[in-house]
Amino acid sequence: MIRDTTLGAKLWAAAVWATVGFFVVNLLAMIATVVTSSFATRWLGTWLPAGWTTRWYSSAWSEFQLWDVLMVTFQVIGAVVFISGVLGVTAAYALARRDFPGKKLLVLLFLLPLMIPSMTFGIPLATVLYQTGLAGTFWGVVAANLVPTVPFVILVMIPFIEQIDPKIEAAARVFGANTFKLFVHVLLPLLMPGILAALLLVLVRTIAMFELTFLVAGPTSQTLVVALYYAVFAAGVRAVQSIDAMAVIYMVTTLVWLIIALRFVNPTQIVTRAKQQPAH
Amino acid sequence: MDVLAHAPAVEQGPSLRQRLAAKGFDAVTLLVVPAAVFSLLLFVYPFAFGFVLSFEPKGGGEWLSNYRRFFSDPFLYETIAKTLWLAIPVTLLNLLLAIPIAFRVRLMRHQRLLTTILVLPITLGTVLVAEGLLNYLGPQGWFNRTLMTLGLISQPLKLVHNYWGVFASLLITGFPFTFLLTLSYVTGIDPALEQAAATLGASAWQRFRHVYLPLLMPGLAITFCLSFVQAFSVFPSAVLLGEPAGPTRVISIAAAQAAFEEYDYSMGAAIAMIMGVVQLAIVVAVLASRGLFYRGPASGAKG
Repeated sequence: MIRDTTLGAKLWAAAVWATVGFFVVNLLAMIATVVTSSFATRWLGTWLPAGWTTRWYSSAWSEFQLWDVLMVTFQVIGAVVFISGVLGVTAAYALARRDFPGKKLLVLLFLLPLMIPSMTFGIPLATVLYQTGLAGTFWGVVAANLVPTVPFVILVMIPFIEQIDPKIEAAARVFGANTFKLFVHVLLPLLMPGILAALLLVLVRTIAMFELTFLVAGPTSQTLVVALYYAVFAAGVRAVQSIDAMAVIYMVTTLVWLIIALRFVNPTQIVTRAKQQPAH
Repeated sequence: MDVLAHAPAVEQGPSLRQRLAAKGFDAVTLLVVPAAVFSLLLFVYPFAFGFVLSFEPKGGGEWLSNYRRFFSDPFLYETIAKTLWLAIPVTLLNLLLAIPIAFRVRLMRHQRLLTTILVLPITLGTVLVAEGLLNYLGPQGWFNRTLMTLGLISQPLKLVHNYWGVFASLLITGFPFTFLLTLSYVTGIDPALEQAAATLGASAWQRFRHVYLPLLMPGLAITFCLSFVQAFSVFPSAVLLGEPAGPTRVISIAAAQAAFEEYDYSMGAAIAMIMGVVQLAIVVAVLASRGLFYRGPASGAKG
């Protein structure tokens, strides 16, 4: 490790840390503002609210029908996590173990939905879903959310599967296991940590996935983040504190899963959608 | 199975099944089919459908009329400039901030706390950040209040419902993304290379300029592309924190309005295609310029 001890280097380090500090302080203050406001009786023109209350939570709960919204959210997420797990892990296994013509093209096909922002492919996708009548339904929302999550699971799982010794599978084959038995008794236990990590990442990303859900959701298939958007969009109709209470409920939902996810994955994995392609 | 029924063909050589297996097609390869079909149905087909639809204007007329309308109506074509005017400065600022910070954080032993804090705005998502910033940066918010207490300003700054609101939200959600990507590239470079340069007497700036920067350039180009593409498709914060009818009427607002408010799916698809083309053009330009820089291993393995 090289240590620079000149004054300039120290000033530079101080400036860098000050920038980081400024960013983190503003970020945390922003979150604190939402939490404070959700517990405030009246908060106008002062540092802190005039009084504290929890009634915004019960009013937000009934006003925004949060029970229904939460149920829909968890059902959507459950379906997305399950289906992307099944489709993603099987496809990743084939891609990790076999070389066949057209494999590169296929990997590119799975890479594209992760590189292209959801707003760009979401609009044509929503149009197709509206024309088939799927949009606005539960399965329409699930289908739209699966578009980036299936490739995500595939690209996270490929390197994970590649590191498992194929001799183990060969041994299972020798003892007469068919493909299904091989999956259930040999591969699944070995792959569990990787699958768990990939699915937790899918879960965290799906809770916050706004654009795709927004474009295809109908009144009965809104997830929490879309409901929050509409509440903020129509600000003025409801009390600010009520919207903030809903935002806190959303934050808690997300953060609980983030904390669980962070026990199993590296935070950088949430950002880099998959193992970064080497820069060639 | 009925392929095997063609007995003569089988007797002459390996069966079709064996020949396919030799090329890599067997039962295991077929496991990729469900995901591939799914991707074709929900990703490729909608794109192709949207592409074709964009040439079939809703009100009839000739095939290019959607695009002609887009490029003749200032309310529509100006969205490209407005979006670029937001996305490019934010992406460059994020990248310029991320590089020195990544170089500093790389030396840290406990990176996890910082990376966890930085991952917060990404997991919370753009909608929550927009909602939080509306309160925080508003005229009564803590940000303006602090500046006024410090005596830096006398009037609250107008930071929401304009360009700067969207800028701030793109900074808060975009910086962590850019930073963590940059960090992964910076840590991928073998520190031995820097030590070698230091041994030969290179100053900190020289080590950065002549050792790290050339090695980092390809990674930075990819980081720029990914961050730019995210910023270019900004939607919720441009509506909630900006002026969706004025300076922050970004291209995704125009597309969503055309498709889902005017029910002109054809026009919506056309705008989405234009959006994709602009993104692609910038990404291709950046990646093409990568060819000007060093390409090769950065792990510095001994020969």
